[in-house]
Amino acid sequence: MKELKLMTEITLIHYLISGAIIFTIGVIGIFLNRKNVIVILMSIELILLAVNINLVSFSIFLNDLNGQIFTLFILTVAAAEAAIGLAIIVTYYRNAGTINVEDIRNLKG
Amino acid sequence: MIAHTIFFYTFSLIAVFSSIMVIVSKNTVHSVFFLILDFISVSCLFIMIGAEFLGMIMLIVYVGAVAVLFLFVVMMLNVAQQKNQWFESRTGYSHMPIGLIVGLVILFELIIVVGGWKYKPNLISSSSININQEVTNTHSIGNVLYTDYIHLFQLSGIILLVAMIGAIVLTFRKRSGIKRQSYTKQISRERLESVQLVEVKTNEGVKIDD
Repeated sequence: MKELKLMTEITLIHYLISGAIIFTIGVIGIFLNRKNVIVILMSIELILLAVNINLVSFSIFLNDLNGQIFTLFILTVAAAEAAIGLAIIVTYYRNAGTINVEDIRNLKG
Repeated sequence: MIAHTIFFYTFSLIAVFSSIMVIVSKNTVHSVFFLILDFISVSCLFIMIGAEFLGMIMLIVYVGAVAVLFLFVVMMLNVAQQKNQWFESRTGYSHMPIGLIVGLVILFELIIVVGGWKYKPNLISSSSININQEVTNTHSIGNVLYTDYIHLFQLSGIILLVAMIGAIVLTFRKRSGIKRQSYTKQISRERLESVQLVEVKTNEGVKIDD
């Protein structure tokens, strides 16, 4: 009975766990991807999304507006990061002709 | 309450499924579409628990701007069709186990943190700005954002400006063979270098060099 209540009554924990799952999927996407830089950028967006879920759910359940304000700023930074990252990818593609992760090894020496 | 439960599970399962599809689908365009689905379901979650303003902003900023930007870049760079799997590297799949192990360890750590925190008897009550239930969410965010957080707000505007200038500078390139209007050149033109007096001989005409 208690387990059923834990399943059906949505609390802060449920939101935090779904945020944790999305965060981990983003991290795994960064680790395992060997071909495509754009998908790595999308994984970073997933990580930021998970952080936003955490902040908003804490803000609602602790009755504190600060979390939502912070989420707004994180949204700003995420948009700026996506724009700059995609610009760098476009420039790199123009110079090198490829954006395969394995071919980008200029800094490796 | 039961509707809340049903909607939570629906939207969060869609979010988790589509974020898995973002990292595993072969076609990059499909990845972008699943990213859009992910953002939409998370913004539905936000609207559901009472942060309507952030949910709507999420739709506008992420789905309307960021995802479309991704789509543009994917189509411009022509990397949509990948022949082989992304997870395959030159050395085969040898990096897969360690990456999966690290990812799962991170997940378990996060869940352990959350679960241990559940048994703490009193929650952290650091409410500096309480959510007023009488006014709408947008109203209360506006009350705080333009007064207490005005400096951070302007700073985020500067971040956006710098990002815009940076993106333009990075992707701008000068091409030869294209006639472009240059204001400095036009303004700094002198009479001596633009007007030329030519002695025209009869029956010969003038040859004008371009």
